[in-house]
Amino acid sequence: MFGAALEDRHRKLSMIRVLLSLVWLVVTVGLAAAQDLQSVLQTHAEEVASPSRNSVSVVLDDLADLGSPQVSVFLEQWAERNIWQDDATSLFYIGAEDGDAIALTDLDSGEQSTAASDGYTQIRPNGGVRRVIGSALVQFQLTDPDPDRRRSALESIGRRADASQLPLLEASLEGEADPDIRARKVQLINFLIARFGEDTADRVVAIESLSSDTSVEARAVLSQILSTSTDVTDGEPSGNIARVLDSSSDPAAFYSELVEADLAPPLVSPGDIRAALEANIVDGRVGGVPIAQLGTDVLRVQAYAALAADGLVPPLVTQADVAATLSSFTFYEDYDEPDPTITDAARATLDTVETRVGLEQTVDLTLDGLSLASIYFLAAIGLAITFGQMGVINMAHGEFIMMGAYTGYVVQLFVPDYTISLMISLPLAFAVTFGAGVAMERLVIRHLYHRPLETLLATFGISIALQQIAKNIFGTQARPLTSPEWLGGALVISDVIQISYIRIAIFVLAIVFLCLLLFILKRTRLGLEVRAVTQNPGMAASMGINPDRINMMTFGLGSGIAGVAGVGIGLYAQVTSEMGANYIVQSFMTVVVGGVGSVFGTLAGAGLIGFLQKGIEWLNPSNTLAAQTYMILFIILFIQFRPKGIVAPKGRAAAD
Amino acid sequence: MSQTPPPRKSFIVRNPSVLYFLAALALFTVFVAVMSEATGTGLISTSFVKTLGKTLCFCLIAIAMDVVWGYCGILSLGHFAFFGIGGYAIGMWLMYARTELIVAQSLAGQVIPPTQQEVTDAIGKQIFGVVGSSDFPAIWMFADSLFMQLAIVVLVPGLLALVFGWLAFRSRVTGVYLSILTQAMTLALALYLFQNDSGLRGNNGLSGLQNIPGFADSGQDVISLVFFLASAAALALGYVVFAWITDSKLGNIIQAIRDDESRVRFLGYHVESYKLFVFTITAIVAGIAGALYYPQAGIINPAEVAPIASIYLAVWVAIGGRGRLYGAVIGAALVSLLSSWFTGGGAPDIDLGFYKIQWVDWWLVLLGVTFALVTLFAPKGIGGLFDKLVRKS
Amino acid sequence: MTTLLEMSGISKNFDGFQAITNLSLQIGEPELRAVIGPNGAGKTTFMDIITGKTKPDEGRILFGDDSRSLIGMSESEIASLGIGRKFQKPTVFEAQTVRENLAMALKNPRAVFSVLLYRKTSKGAERIEEIADEINLTDQLTRPAGELSHGQKQWLEIGMLLAQSPRLLLVDEPAAGMTAHEREHTTDILKKAAKTRAVIVVEHDMEFVRRLNCKVTVLHEGSVLAEGSLDHVTKNKTVVDVYLGRTDAGD
Repeated sequence: MFGAALEDRHRKLSMIRVLLSLVWLVVTVGLAAAQDLQSVLQTHAEEVASPSRNSVSVVLDDLADLGSPQVSVFLEQWAERNIWQDDATSLFYIGAEDGDAIALTDLDSGEQSTAASDGYTQIRPNGGVRRVIGSALVQFQLTDPDPDRRRSALESIGRRADASQLPLLEASLEGEADPDIRARKVQLINFLIARFGEDTADRVVAIESLSSDTSVEARAVLSQILSTSTDVTDGEPSGNIARVLDSSSDPAAFYSELVEADLAPPLVSPGDIRAALEANIVDGRVGGVPIAQLGTDVLRVQAYAALAADGLVPPLVTQADVAATLSSFTFYEDYDEPDPTITDAARATLDTVETRVGLEQTVDLTLDGLSLASIYFLAAIGLAITFGQMGVINMAHGEFIMMGAYTGYVVQLFVPDYTISLMISLPLAFAVTFGAGVAMERLVIRHLYHRPLETLLATFGISIALQQIAKNIFGTQARPLTSPEWLGGALVISDVIQISYIRIAIFVLAIVFLCLLLFILKRTRLGLEVRAVTQNPGMAASMGINPDRINMMTFGLGSGIAGVAGVGIGLYAQVTSEMGANYIVQSFMTVVVGGVGSVFGTLAGAGLIGFLQKGIEWLNPSNTLAAQTYMILFIILFIQFRPKGIVAPKGRAAAD
Repeated sequence: MSQTPPPRKSFIVRNPSVLYFLAALALFTVFVAVMSEATGTGLISTSFVKTLGKTLCFCLIAIAMDVVWGYCGILSLGHFAFFGIGGYAIGMWLMYARTELIVAQSLAGQVIPPTQQEVTDAIGKQIFGVVGSSDFPAIWMFADSLFMQLAIVVLVPGLLALVFGWLAFRSRVTGVYLSILTQAMTLALALYLFQNDSGLRGNNGLSGLQNIPGFADSGQDVISLVFFLASAAALALGYVVFAWITDSKLGNIIQAIRDDESRVRFLGYHVESYKLFVFTITAIVAGIAGALYYPQAGIINPAEVAPIASIYLAVWVAIGGRGRLYGAVIGAALVSLLSSWFTGGGAPDIDLGFYKIQWVDWWLVLLGVTFALVTLFAPKGIGGLFDKLVRKS
Repeated sequence: MTTLLEMSGISKNFDGFQAITNLSLQIGEPELRAVIGPNGAGKTTFMDIITGKTKPDEGRILFGDDSRSLIGMSESEIASLGIGRKFQKPTVFEAQTVRENLAMALKNPRAVFSVLLYRKTSKGAERIEEIADEINLTDQLTRPAGELSHGQKQWLEIGMLLAQSPRLLLVDEPAAGMTAHEREHTTDILKKAAKTRAVIVVEHDMEFVRRLNCKVTVLHEGSVLAEGSLDHVTKNKTVVDVYLGRTDAGD
């Protein structure tokens, strides 16, 4: 009932529409002196409505003359089968069918309307026509006055290159004013010549010009030229052969290819044998062998052979059969490109490019190593101060890192602007962990200066407690420490060399701390006193230095730096109650490998461990756990040869 | 001479604590056996028998730790790694043998008897399916032989300790450096085991170890009691062996090494060999303790080997009192039982009005702080109390 | 008297600090020798080099009848050859009894398993009694060494040296912190020990050296400045300049 009424309403509406559009047509035809899109189309209404590859070019030529920006929109929609023709007026619209209704957009004015879909016919150009339209479209877009459209046209060529685009691109180059787009066009023309050029010499030139281009795109062009397919023949291989394959390297795989190509009988798997035997049991025997004896491969094969001899099952293909079959065939890869001049040039160029890529990867790996080294340096330097200058082992150091990271997280809860909150977090984290460090030194470590192993234990107890307290307060799930927007993204030097801004920031932070620390230790009164206490506490005390205060300050400083490192680490890793524990062993390794008591030693240790870990990860990229395992093993061995670390303490005291 | 009676006799005479300990352990064992579900009144549940059995294994590794740390002064943060290796070694056999039985059962229904290859494939699929593999890694080559795996329980921790110790002691890594290095070794092992292609099922670990192949008919009540008794016997044996070692002249030497290593060197002793001996033998005992522990725990995974476990071991020994074997036993038993009481929800929560202290969350805080306090104020641990009592009487 | 230890051309530089320069020295067996010298003369380094704690940059050290080179040997190997050393600061094992301290030092097999399976012998016990008697500690045998007085610890350490039955004894400041009476006894112990073996005593205390009544070697800036009887060297003008003059003034 209701549906019928609705339909009725629709019909009435569409009648009104038709009337209206008729009026509109009269008006517009009269107004636009035959030079709008619709009128051009109407002059070729037949060809537009049922286009063929031959007829369509007439339309396209006239449209090209028109040069209106609507043309490319129309072509796009035409190719996408979104153009509808009004059966009554033969006018064309962009239409989107929605049930019985159709939403229409006027081609020239862009005016929207709705009508019942039965009065309209969808124009459905076939595949060949669509291609013609597509390349015409590219042509239009390439010369479109709007640079964004030109760019997007180039982008689509970059994604789906074909030979037909070459003349279009070349034609569009002339009038191109924008230097960036022009350069991109030149580059794409070069790619297209390399892949589809007519003249071999031109292609070789184009291919060789790619030898300095390490972009993914250029490498893709080369590997597309070098694309191969695997073929098999029982005679001499023919065509542009890339290489002949050794079928004995993996007989099973090559044989199964033969089976797929129906060139050899299929292998009979142990499972097949078993199924065949089960299906052919006669009087408790299979092929004369009692079932109970079929628990060995030898007898199963024997029984199967008996069945095969009776013609009940296909014969068994033995290893010898496989080898013999394989030896009678040659497997080879041949290039899809028939001209060996081209493929040779491409191969040589690709080799050059890959060498360059390898170089760039080395640079990239170095940068990665550098950023990892700065993280280790930040994590370890506080420890180097407390361990190196004071001989105190602080197992809670990792928890100080964690406290710093959580400080950053808490600040973010109150200060929503990430830049400002980071500016607050860094000094606040230092203050918080400085306080925690001083408190721990006063309460615990002070009493244990002569028992270093005990310090390890006591601070370990504190580490357990701190970790659990953090868990109780913040829960077990990871908390985000979001970096400000200007630290998002990465510095892209080439397709291979990229480094994220956060890592650069951490690197800068590490440098700042290195300088700051060197300044404090070498140039300030505090540093002088710290060194004095380190070397001879008794003598320092007798000269009016208060070792208690110095120890307290030193420990606070080391802990405070851990807090700042925590903020830095939290920015790129997750903040959890266990994050400190993840860094503690690495940090100790850094200090020990570098040489206890030296800022530069820690730097060297962090460098060695950072680069080493990245290096091992590069050798075995799938497995970062294994990389860490190997690295620790390396460090254990390293300590064999340099027990005092890279920068060994000097002087007679070091001999003890 | 009258002042030096024959050594055999002097060992027990001079160490009455060994006798006391053995007597106490025997009494405790009999008590548990009588109260267990398997042979007695059932007052002690099977799961608690398991807890007690596991605790005895902890006591065994604790006395090993005490010898290496309390007597020889090597604060090893790696002995739980050896414990874990022992567990993995026995776990491989348990898992293989049990899976073999299950596979044999499921294949028995088939018309044609299975070949050896089919059986192996089925076992491999069963065990390694969880890490997306079905092939047996090379380290499982002896998994079908209980004898070989038992040998591995002893040999692998022993060899690992020997090689690691040789490298470390040879380069004169001592004190905190050595501790950090042992911790690194443990971390390396844990990270290795966490990999899926470690051949030991990655972080899934080995499971179902409480089911002993061939004893499917015996209930867990019996099996748990058997393992409890075995653990008690191992502890008794380990205690006597370590008491004998520490009482021997070698015991004097290793304590001397603890107190002044270079002085011992100038006495003409090759300090490294002594350390290596102690490190290795305690690693072996740790491996044996692990091999007894994990069939009672039922599952082993890489987290068990993580460095933190070895540090807890040091905590037990420190709280119990270093340099005396019974101290290690007391510390391990007390702390591990308290730990399971607190974290198992046994301890009553404390309501402060504004905040409710739930021990599940706060036990580690309590333990950590206690440990720090013990280190600060009672370096001799609980064992130190005994000294005071003895001196007063 | 045959030559037991021969050092020649020994030099050692610690990162720029020249501790020993072209040092040559010979000790016979038996012999008692006192080595004196001002602070920083290289006395401790000299002992460190003989006992293998420090490796010299150049030079050679030959020891024993078959003139074995000591360079490259570990501390324990050198000690097993028969060189015992007493440190400046008394280092005894304080947690263990006097008897245990002496027993550890007794000349017995040092390998791990022989020590593990070692059974006490009455011969060993006798030897301990004998040494304890010599160092006046017979009453203290069952006490922990940590409870001894400073002088007693010095004696115990000397006793441990004797228990090792070394051919060469290196004694660093044995009389430091002793009462006059204790010093006298220490002198006796050392003199007696030197009857059957070589003993090198490094000492600051001139009175003590005089009482030892033996050949004296004066070290200065890492090399031998003078050698001879105490009277002989004290007459040496350079020695007086660099050392004796100042010490006399200081003491």
